[in-house]
Amino acid sequence: MSGALGMEDWTTGAEAIVYQSCRACGSVQYFRRSFCAACGAAEPEDKRASGQGIVYATSLVVRGATPEARAHVPYNIVLVDTEEGFRMMAHGDPNLNIGDRVTARYVRFTGRLIPYFARTE
Amino acid sequence: MSFITGVGLTAFGRHEGSSTLDLMSRAAELAIADAGLKRAEIDGILCGYTTIKPHIMLATVFAEHFGIKPSYAHAVQVGGATGLAMTMLAHTIADAGIARHVLVVSGENRLTGQSRDAAIQTLAQVGHPDYEVPLGPTIPAYYGLVASRYMHEFGVTQQDLAQFAVLMRDHAITHPGAQFRDKITVADVMASKPVAMPLKLLDCCPVSDGGVAFIVSREATSEIGVRVLGCAQAHTHQHVTAMPALSELGAEIAIAGAKKAAGVEISDVRYAAVYDSFTITLAMLLEDLGLAPRGEAAARVRDGYFSRDGAMPLNTHGGLLSYGHCGVGGAMAHLVETQLQMTGRAGNRQVRDASVALLHGDGGVLSSHVSMFLERVR
Repeated sequence: MSGALGMEDWTTGAEAIVYQSCRACGSVQYFRRSFCAACGAAEPEDKRASGQGIVYATSLVVRGATPEARAHVPYNIVLVDTEEGFRMMAHGDPNLNIGDRVTARYVRFTGRLIPYFARTE
Repeated sequence: MSFITGVGLTAFGRHEGSSTLDLMSRAAELAIADAGLKRAEIDGILCGYTTIKPHIMLATVFAEHFGIKPSYAHAVQVGGATGLAMTMLAHTIADAGIARHVLVVSGENRLTGQSRDAAIQTLAQVGHPDYEVPLGPTIPAYYGLVASRYMHEFGVTQQDLAQFAVLMRDHAITHPGAQFRDKITVADVMASKPVAMPLKLLDCCPVSDGGVAFIVSREATSEIGVRVLGCAQAHTHQHVTAMPALSELGAEIAIAGAKKAAGVEISDVRYAAVYDSFTITLAMLLEDLGLAPRGEAAARVRDGYFSRDGAMPLNTHGGLLSYGHCGVGGAMAHLVETQLQMTGRAGNRQVRDASVALLHGDGGVLSSHVSMFLERVR
């Protein structure tokens, strides 16, 4: 999965959303790599995201892919444009609309910790 | 130069007891006979992949099974864009003189060879293993996300999307090989079971068994030739999380490249064959390709523009949505139908004029694109 030196995040079971910022060109990226995908510079810096963002897209899943996922239907899959400038996939409240300002918390889904967005109070 | 000299297509649906190799063999035999060739004359093979029985050397497994010894052979993998990517490669190979007759073949017992759950699960793995798959998305959910955004930006409605399912079904009704041939209405689509909103069951293509093949040759083998005019690809991303803005998708890049390579414009096109894994896929691609103004593809469907007797007949065999989808072969059926239309052999589905055709394939989540123009020559 992620590099041994990387900051823990929800993909490794910690309550955090982590992204990377390039020390050379300043680009941000969400999928962890040992280099910047924009300019190729090595060792982009791990940063913890605020969990704030705006809903880009939503899809309420009614037909689950696995028996484990089916126990949770319906669940709303969302793409969120974070305030740090990267896009991420997560779950969210079923009533979210595109353009809503949202804040992340964490819930359990098929035995794992995942980010979950609700409208910012 | 290269020509599509022969085509072979099985019915799609249930082929109980048929393996991937059986379905590939059946289609290959039809295509070779259609081109008026003998097996021994095939000197190149390109094949797709199979999710049922994956193999690291599927092309040569097939060549041995089928009984041919090609001088060029391998598999190609770009999801739903594989069929046209193989055609583009076959064209390049034939044009370069590397092979004279390239067999492009694919088949899969995707429906009866596994459970529906297994099919859904396998395909969902195109998501990012760390950042997407743990969230439980499905292929319809990836496309549902894109649909929600497209509808938001361009004012497209669920009823608009339903038009495409109805159109593909109307076309499939006239083809004996189509998996679904019962008439449906917009109301039926709207009332069908929700899968990944805004997509409902009838917005989604089915899982099918089937086999498809065609021959790409350096010279025409019959009086009416179907020539590959030009093609181009674009690959902008893999995962939906990394998808560019809707105005920067690969379909627009690929079609621009293909127009340049072929030296034609959209106004020259008389027949269209466009990838339709979901209703949203078809709606977006038609608009990205310039076959309808932005946000107006559904209105054009309602006006009969894409019907068999319309100005731009589209997927007259019923497309993935109703003819069916057996993996790589699914989109290859679009090319088979196009070749039949261009050679005047589409029977009760024959359109008035299919002298120039535009084909477009999409793989992943609108991530891999191939555009191609074909021209009829005498």
